[in-house]
Amino acid sequence: MKLSESLARLRYGLFPDHLVGEVLSKRWTDNAIPLVFLLATVIGVGTAIPDFFSLASLADASRQLGEFAIVVMGLTIVMLGGGIDLSVGATFALSAFASVAVIYIMGGPIWLALLAALATGAVVGAANGVLIGYLRLRAFLTTLVTFTILHAIYSILVVNFSAQVQLADVQTPIWDFIGDGGVAGFPISLIVAVLVAILAHVFISRSRLGWHVLAVGGSRRSAFNAGISVRRTVFMTYMISGLCSGLAGFLIGARLSGVGPGTGAGLEILALTAGVVGGNSLGGGRGSIAKGLMGAVIVLILTNGLIRLGFTSGTNQMVLGVVLALAVFLDVRWLKNRSKVLAKVYVAPVYSALPSTPSAEPDSGSPFALNDRLAETEFIGLGEIEGPEDVILDEDDNLYCGTRNGEVVRFLAPDYKQWEVFAHTGGFPLGLAFDRAGALTVCVGAMGLYSVARDRTVTRLSAETNRTPFSILDDARLRDPNDCDIAPDGRIFFTDSTTRYDAHDWALDSVESRPTGRLLVYDPRNGRTRTVLRGMSYLNGVCMAHDGQSLFLAESWACRVHRYWFDGPKAGRLDCVIAAMPGYPDNINRASDGGYWMAWLGMRTPSYDLALRKPGMRKRMTRRLPQDDWLFPNINTGGVVKFDENGAITEVLGNLGGHSHPMVTSMREHKGALYVGGILNNRIGRYRLEGADPSWTGMRSYWGEGR
Amino acid sequence: MTGWFLLLGRRRQEDTVFLLTILLFLTFSFVLHGFLTTGNIIALLRSVALLGILAVGMGIVVIGRGIDLSLVAILAISVAVFLNLLGQSYPIGIALLLALVGVIAVGALNGVLTAYAEMPAIFATLATGTFVYGLGRSQFLTQDVIYLPPGHDLFTAFGNARLASIPVEVVVFAFILVGAFLWLRFSKYGRYIYLIGDNLNAARNAGLPVRPVIVLQYVVSALLAFVAGLIMAAGIHSMNTRIVNSSLLYDVILVVVIGGIGLSGGKGGVRNLIVGTLLIGILLNGMTILDISDLYQNLIKATVLLAALIVDGVLNPRDEQTDQQGDI
Repeated sequence: MKLSESLARLRYGLFPDHLVGEVLSKRWTDNAIPLVFLLATVIGVGTAIPDFFSLASLADASRQLGEFAIVVMGLTIVMLGGGIDLSVGATFALSAFASVAVIYIMGGPIWLALLAALATGAVVGAANGVLIGYLRLRAFLTTLVTFTILHAIYSILVVNFSAQVQLADVQTPIWDFIGDGGVAGFPISLIVAVLVAILAHVFISRSRLGWHVLAVGGSRRSAFNAGISVRRTVFMTYMISGLCSGLAGFLIGARLSGVGPGTGAGLEILALTAGVVGGNSLGGGRGSIAKGLMGAVIVLILTNGLIRLGFTSGTNQMVLGVVLALAVFLDVRWLKNRSKVLAKVYVAPVYSALPSTPSAEPDSGSPFALNDRLAETEFIGLGEIEGPEDVILDEDDNLYCGTRNGEVVRFLAPDYKQWEVFAHTGGFPLGLAFDRAGALTVCVGAMGLYSVARDRTVTRLSAETNRTPFSILDDARLRDPNDCDIAPDGRIFFTDSTTRYDAHDWALDSVESRPTGRLLVYDPRNGRTRTVLRGMSYLNGVCMAHDGQSLFLAESWACRVHRYWFDGPKAGRLDCVIAAMPGYPDNINRASDGGYWMAWLGMRTPSYDLALRKPGMRKRMTRRLPQDDWLFPNINTGGVVKFDENGAITEVLGNLGGHSHPMVTSMREHKGALYVGGILNNRIGRYRLEGADPSWTGMRSYWGEGR
Repeated sequence: MTGWFLLLGRRRQEDTVFLLTILLFLTFSFVLHGFLTTGNIIALLRSVALLGILAVGMGIVVIGRGIDLSLVAILAISVAVFLNLLGQSYPIGIALLLALVGVIAVGALNGVLTAYAEMPAIFATLATGTFVYGLGRSQFLTQDVIYLPPGHDLFTAFGNARLASIPVEVVVFAFILVGAFLWLRFSKYGRYIYLIGDNLNAARNAGLPVRPVIVLQYVVSALLAFVAGLIMAAGIHSMNTRIVNSSLLYDVILVVVIGGIGLSGGKGGVRNLIVGTLLIGILLNGMTILDISDLYQNLIKATVLLAALIVDGVLNPRDEQTDQQGDI
């Protein structure tokens, strides 16, 4: 190996480039900007005002924070649902007036004051909700107008009643305690805010209604088409915001023991800035209660800091304007460019040197030499199906395959002219296997392991395995379940080809060539799924050996075949039976003569083999070229090979012109014929095998003569 | 029935509003003592002129599918700074030039934030409005109200000028209306604004200079705000920056929406602005004659605006399938 290659291998093997893309693909990275902003604010204000974070100062600020945070959380929920509520300040003031009026003018009890404040908030929220949710008015303008209406009402009320409030001589210790007191040093308003925060967080992140809010905010149209009541959901968000403002109004009423003309003035701008600065996306769908809280803390520290620094009036607005503009700007840019950056940096190639191999050239005399025998296949379902990745036959000779439309299709014996949709699984059904009871086990790409019973009921067997500690990507999820086979005891062994790419991006995994494929086992006795082997390069086909104790495993991008013993005396042993091949292996299935059929989904090329040894070149390619211009492995010429127990090649079937079966991903022998499927093909091929046992079927081979 | 209703709603909103305006005018003429007098009509026109000039600025931006919430802040701060410069005995030409540069800069900032940074217009202009007020109030001005220093007779004379007994602001308003009409209807960039407001992506694909035109529309609206501010200051010889907190901005939006310029852009014109301005002007004037206090006037105006929004929403409902994501 040349020195430069060794260096490249070290560089791309040791340095975890892939983590950049994985971290960026995480939603929690949205928190990075607001968090940095928060730290900058804390450090900046903390150094400018030495005693800003002293205890006395904090106690006062936290009381303010409580009320403010409650308002911001209400607004955050509205923003998550794709709306905006500018009436929060006026609602806040009006609710404060309502509670103050109950205490000082009516002489009513505390609970009535609280109820009055909440009711005020609820009425305003309901009005906003009806206008924006049901009448579908524009949120910004509508709440701006409700704000002016409420503000006008509030001003009228304050002018008429404030003297009465000031002159009232009412002593209510509980009221004063809510305003000034606290529990263990924490002011009541802060405690209430924490409770509201927990409630709101659980609501948004753990409840069905909360998810509806996020769905509506994320994509109104999709939410509507998915059957979510968009109007009711939007209505609800404004209702919640109104209630939050009402609660906060009650708290400020208690704190100030009265209301003035300035109560709640400018609160909407502050709250809006807090919501956006915290990282909640305008237009909805992205954000959280935590972000709202972060924004509330930032804005409060900033404004209080500016006041403490003794700036003249107006400075606050100036800074707030800049912060608001900056936050919206970052939000818009982040949203627009994150996916672009992610698409650019996600592919992180590693060094991969494929061992040299005998040639596959026709008439080269090597055991791999291709021929044109597959050109003689007859077609089944030509042009009627799309993407039969795997094919299988039952004991009545009916032929099954998956399609990219998410269906399992059945061609009826004996002539396979007629077909029907056997079951709809969704996703992309790939590998197939029959269990002892005759139920069809299906690996559904992008979804998991499913079972279709004889009566066509679809059951999910497994969609997750144990998660690796400290993995950034959630590798408990099955991303690309590819092929499965069933042990005599009923355990289902199946492969999950990559943890880095979704099923439809399977070819990208080759450009990266990072071995992340896994062998998993699903145990029907306890319903658990466990990872058996990991770190394989696109682990694809899996086939139960004739001994019932071991499996043949195909690593597509490494062009290798392994044998793994899961049972018997050699249990746990992993042998490489074919170390190098000129083709990329796919599914493996039993042959009637005691050997195994293996599909080649494509053939290695010298140029791509070289590219695999140049990770830097592939990295530059993925960064600088559009995907259409990337160098991909050749998946336009494939074939079928047969090997024996020891991995020696005994037969090769190819299609040189590529007219019948340019790529092959699967094949099944059944009663003297080989049925050939391909993930990019629009047909299934049937090839008559000379001299094969005309009564041999897979069902009998697996489950005995009775079938 | 629906078709007729749509015709009424979509094509004829300004006609309906015009009819309403005449009805209101006639009602006030008969019911209100002192409404139909030359003095009051002139006062009405004067008060309407200011609102109308601002509405032209807002209208142009709204046609281009934007909104300018910084209008009143620009008006107040630019003129206050201008008066302040006069107070520091700058020559009027220099002061005007400096103020003009500032106004164009703020307008361009609005445009750049919406067109190039692609921020939603409401947030961009809300932020610049807040920023401009804060900057002017904290860095340039020492008090809320800035008075015109003595010795600027030309300026005050301008404020009191009459053209055939028509006050100068009305004349200016008329000029601006004619100018806006000609610009929007016949000039290349005026037509571009409609195209951009109607479908921004289509306009961009057609090769229109979308971003510069958006910047232009915000600069125009900022300039109109400055003009309105100058007229205001010429009349009352001062500028109260607290006007930022008043309901003037809502009145301007009210005029535009009531006049029938759809907030989704691409529709409407000067005719809509005229009927909207007249209706709101007559309403405000009538309420003042009725001696309704400012507080209640605000309440009534806001309620009327809400009603207008509801009618607009019912006549031009938004569809779940075609709604723009993030279009709030």
